[in-house]
Amino acid sequence: MTNEVTAEILATHILDLAREGRRLDGRAIDEYRKVTVEPGFVASADGSALARIGPTAVVAGVKLELGKPFPDTPNAGVLTTNAELVPLSNPTFEPGPPHPRAIEVSRVIDRAIRAAEAIDLTKLCVTPGEKTWVCYVDVHVIDHSGNLIDAGSLAALTALLHATLPAKRFGVAESDSRLDVRHKPVETTFVRLGDAIVVDPSFDEELACQGRLTIATDEASNIVAMQKGLIGAFSPEDVKSLAERAFHHGDRMRKLAEGA
Amino acid sequence: MGSVGAKEVPVLLSPDGKRIDGRQLDELRSMRIVAGALHQADGSAFVEWGANKVMAAVYGPREVHPRHLQQNNKAIVQCKYNMAAFSVDERKRPGLDRRSQEISKVIAEAFESVIFVEEFPRTSIDIYIEVLQANAGTRCAGVVAASVALADAGIPMVDLLPAVAVGKVAGQIALDLKKEEDNFGEADLPMALVPQSGRLVLLQMEGHMTAEELSKSLDLGVVGCRAIYEKMKQALRDRYQLGGPAEGASA
Amino acid sequence: MGHGHRRGHRGRGPGGVPPRTDGERTLVLPGEEIDVRGLQPGPGTYRVEGRTYASVLGLLSRRPPVVRVIPLSGRYLPKPQDIVVGTVTDVQTTFWLLDIAAPRWAPLHMTGTPWKIDVGELGQYLRVGDTVVVAIESIDPTGRIGVTMLGDDLGKVDGGTVVTISPAKVPRVIGRSGSMIQMLSAETGCRIAVGQNGRIWVDGPADGMVRVREALRLIEEEGQRSGLTERVAGYLGSTRDPNDARGPIPTPTRPPFEPPSPLDPGDEPDDGDDEVGPAPF
Repeated sequence: MTNEVTAEILATHILDLAREGRRLDGRAIDEYRKVTVEPGFVASADGSALARIGPTAVVAGVKLELGKPFPDTPNAGVLTTNAELVPLSNPTFEPGPPHPRAIEVSRVIDRAIRAAEAIDLTKLCVTPGEKTWVCYVDVHVIDHSGNLIDAGSLAALTALLHATLPAKRFGVAESDSRLDVRHKPVETTFVRLGDAIVVDPSFDEELACQGRLTIATDEASNIVAMQKGLIGAFSPEDVKSLAERAFHHGDRMRKLAEGA
Repeated sequence: MGSVGAKEVPVLLSPDGKRIDGRQLDELRSMRIVAGALHQADGSAFVEWGANKVMAAVYGPREVHPRHLQQNNKAIVQCKYNMAAFSVDERKRPGLDRRSQEISKVIAEAFESVIFVEEFPRTSIDIYIEVLQANAGTRCAGVVAASVALADAGIPMVDLLPAVAVGKVAGQIALDLKKEEDNFGEADLPMALVPQSGRLVLLQMEGHMTAEELSKSLDLGVVGCRAIYEKMKQALRDRYQLGGPAEGASA
Repeated sequence: MGHGHRRGHRGRGPGGVPPRTDGERTLVLPGEEIDVRGLQPGPGTYRVEGRTYASVLGLLSRRPPVVRVIPLSGRYLPKPQDIVVGTVTDVQTTFWLLDIAAPRWAPLHMTGTPWKIDVGELGQYLRVGDTVVVAIESIDPTGRIGVTMLGDDLGKVDGGTVVTISPAKVPRVIGRSGSMIQMLSAETGCRIAVGQNGRIWVDGPADGMVRVREALRLIEEEGQRSGLTERVAGYLGSTRDPNDARGPIPTPTRPPFEPPSPLDPGDEPDDGDDEVGPAPF
């Protein structure tokens, strides 16, 4: 990461505003920036979506290929999620091997998809022990202005919901079919700014914050994954009330992903 | 088309001279350029060219990291061309590959040939090209996008750099190859032109050509580049004429 | 301030298409040929075999004896005597490094401050993350930027916040004879220091700072359209405290269309006799 230092007075100002229930860009504490999602953005993928939250923009692509199942799960397909935080998207990113930050984004998005059982992996199996579908979910960040996890998870979910299983192209069936997505996990990210905990942090808010908490929910109001990140702390009471807020925001994001 | 791995060769040129997608031999694919598509970058551009989707961003001039790379009398130009895993038919593993490294190098050198690097000693001008969807000619689309991004970033240059790949399909010289033409044709020649001087700063070739075919290819490429040049200028005028940020990649 | 230019003639680029006008100034792109009309080619241009071309995307400006291109984008390029707002990014034994939104960081030497500091004690005066207002003293041929904190209105700032805009928009924020900045300051009760580098320090009541930030965003995004002053005044008026008993916000009767940079009198707007109206074909 290159050395881009934030002005301390900006961080202090963000915290001062938060104390009054205000934010730098005029949003309310529990307000997202404008969220849009465009499925089918990439024709070369089996499913794809461009998701934007404010200026943050992320493209997710789903690709399905035939491969071998893992030896210890011969009846299950393979799902793998990867997020690329490319230097194009932010001045602080450098080319090179994945930074722990990129690895965390990948694993957090993956965890929600897997825990929610968004895809029934046994349905991806073609011939037990020999042939299975491998589902790659690749999240490509193109503009990082804060909250990559929520943008990435929204793009990934939308891509999955609009994905085609290329069964005919791979000679496995007479025709292609829709990828069967059972559950719809969505991530909601909050950061602490003093005593206030705000949703959908902007880039400046992420730099000024005292801790970040992401909660993934599904359409049945289950919590399927959580991740606390950055430097700071949340009380159990905080977590309980954030879960309630996450259900509400998650449902809204789910509607966008489905209805797109 | 045939299924993956099939050996059947598509018909690249019909009897009445139409290409696989109906184009004439000297016809470009449709192109849309959006200057200033990104918010974080100093300069950026999004190019949709045929079925290609390419994003370019420029950061700089800025301090060089790592420091030992800096030059005392000029800026260095670094370029990284990268393809997203989902951009091609067969998923591409993320990470460095030799093809991308070579393309990065020739593009960096093309731009270093036109940027006034002496104006910014001890700095780096960083060009990033991400291919989101590929259908032949991605390095040319990358050059076009990066060139518009450099102008958007206020980098001083001799000129914008239009680029295009000329090739040979079914024995005929054709402008702006698409995927099947690139895969099954007989030659591929990407090039980038400096309109102000009429010279080429990027030139590669692979395949079989006679000297006459080469000459014809170069001429056709220059014509194609000049047409692309006008589109690039228009994209910048659209962004700066009325002021205000562009709508973004999917506008 | 007439210049006696002929109307109607304009340079033609290599493609035969004349450059487009943007209000009263011509927008030019890198590689487009410029008709120098006997003036000296200046910044933003280059010469090849007797012909002059734009090197950077910007507005063509003819101010005898020089013709130049004023960039519409890009990083801040320091000029001596510019006042800039910077952030301390590193502390060394005899100097600090400042991020002033320029291509390079600027070293601030310990002797360029009003403090009596011993070598190695610099961290006690300025730390990483501190915001300072400094003046550009010099640029040497290797690109090294010399800055000083010695001078009126220079120093470390405490409190307030910093807003970042494109340096090209700074003249709009200042306004003709400072009219825009004065309106912002009076309406919001905030002190505002505008750095030529696009970094703007704002301090005042919380509400005022929020309104200044939004007004600056308006200026940056819509600064090239006409009627900017009215729109900013409109925003400020509509967001006034209901108890604010002052009268309507005064705006200049003639809106500035090309506000000057206060440190460069050569940029005084003319009466628009350069390239007015649609291109004659």
